[in-house]
Amino acid sequence: MTTKLTNAQIAWRAAQDITDGAYVNLGIGFPEMVAKFQPEGREAIFHTENGVLGFGQAPAAGEEDWDLINAGKKAITLKPGAAFFHHADSFAMVRGGHLDVAILGAYEVAETGDLANWSTGPKGVPAVGGAMDLVHGAKRVAVITDHVTKDGKPKLVERCSLPLTGVGCVTRVYTSLAVVDIENGHFVLREKLAALSLEDIQAQTGAKLHLDGQPADLIVPEL
Amino acid sequence: MDKRIATLTEAVADIPDGATVMIGGFGGSGAPIELMHALIDRFLATGSPKNLTIINNNAGNGHVGIAALIEQGLVSKMVCSFPRSADPRVFTERYLAGEIELELVPQGTLAERIRAGGAGIPAFYTPTSYGTDLAKGKPVAEFDGRPYVQERWLKADFALIKAETGDAHGNLTYRMAARNFSPIMAMAAAKTVVQVSQAVDAGGIDPEAVITPGIFVDAVVEVRDPQQEEALNRAEAHYPGAQ
Repeated sequence: MTTKLTNAQIAWRAAQDITDGAYVNLGIGFPEMVAKFQPEGREAIFHTENGVLGFGQAPAAGEEDWDLINAGKKAITLKPGAAFFHHADSFAMVRGGHLDVAILGAYEVAETGDLANWSTGPKGVPAVGGAMDLVHGAKRVAVITDHVTKDGKPKLVERCSLPLTGVGCVTRVYTSLAVVDIENGHFVLREKLAALSLEDIQAQTGAKLHLDGQPADLIVPEL
Repeated sequence: MDKRIATLTEAVADIPDGATVMIGGFGGSGAPIELMHALIDRFLATGSPKNLTIINNNAGNGHVGIAALIEQGLVSKMVCSFPRSADPRVFTERYLAGEIELELVPQGTLAERIRAGGAGIPAFYTPTSYGTDLAKGKPVAEFDGRPYVQERWLKADFALIKAETGDAHGNLTYRMAARNFSPIMAMAAAKTVVQVSQAVDAGGIDPEAVITPGIFVDAVVEVRDPQQEEALNRAEAHYPGAQ
């Protein structure tokens, strides 16, 4: 029995909620993996902060064009129907509520929907990029993350301890153990791995998990 | 009217000490490498310009472009959203040593502050950064029940940008995602200097294809086959090279 989803399986689960024709921004790093798992028959249009809509997979090694990159500075390719635009238009798409969903990584998510994902504290060089803009623009802001940190501490918490990216912005969290919605300042458990009990999941969560009916079994895809 | 000029030297000749300079590009795409390196050549020959404030999304990568401007000692302050890169050592070391100032701005706020500067709008409200450390000290107001943070326009003395084709009137086209901040920086600077891969006569660009209208541009210098920052960094290039 599976007791923890892999990153690919978490990304696959998040991809199942992206509807046909949705405009989507995927955060740099782990969230980019969601693009690999678009369900058959659906087409999502991916947005990147640096001015491209409708980009596709990375090109083959040696085929890169360094004028064609994503926000992670990685080479990309274009799909038919792609468009270029400047940075102010790009963030008008973000802040103006034109994106259907943004899927981001997290250090911590609070039951209030607060997100901390840009700074681990005052040490080193601070860098924020587009994260603070994305959390206030997309119609739906979701997080994909391990349920706990590398040393086993809950990432779903009552209040974030790290510097905030945004207040009350996250509505759904896809984790290695569960799918959790944020509603009216509460975590609501929607899906969980069948092998784990409610108590198992609650023990790894830093705030109370509420129920709205019986949680569904989380699908464990073979990838 | 002809905004085309002959040399890179001429293009960067009048940037004074202490100037605020917007530099186009996002990472390496759209980075006006030759204009930046011409500025370094001038600095190494004359000791000027120094104490520059540079506005860009990033704070340089490797030892070329913005990283080289910092490494050679032209820069006293960076305004950017993401001062990290594959090789951010030049900025990081100076920043941690307290030798360079950083104003960190969320990326969309940076873009909108520049656009506002170019459009004559001194301040605006955005939901971005509300309730975070980056909103500290900024006025907050509620509109339709939601809190917003007041941000100020951002203007510059100069913009150095890269475009694909430029005509005698300064009309510009860009190449793919190399466009990024350049059209809004061209609007927000008192003087905008552009390196183009191809300079053409007036009429050489279809008006339907113009992205930056020439009114926002002051000087156009042709640099055929411009260098790509990413390619330079993969070759571990330094500017200036070993003497």
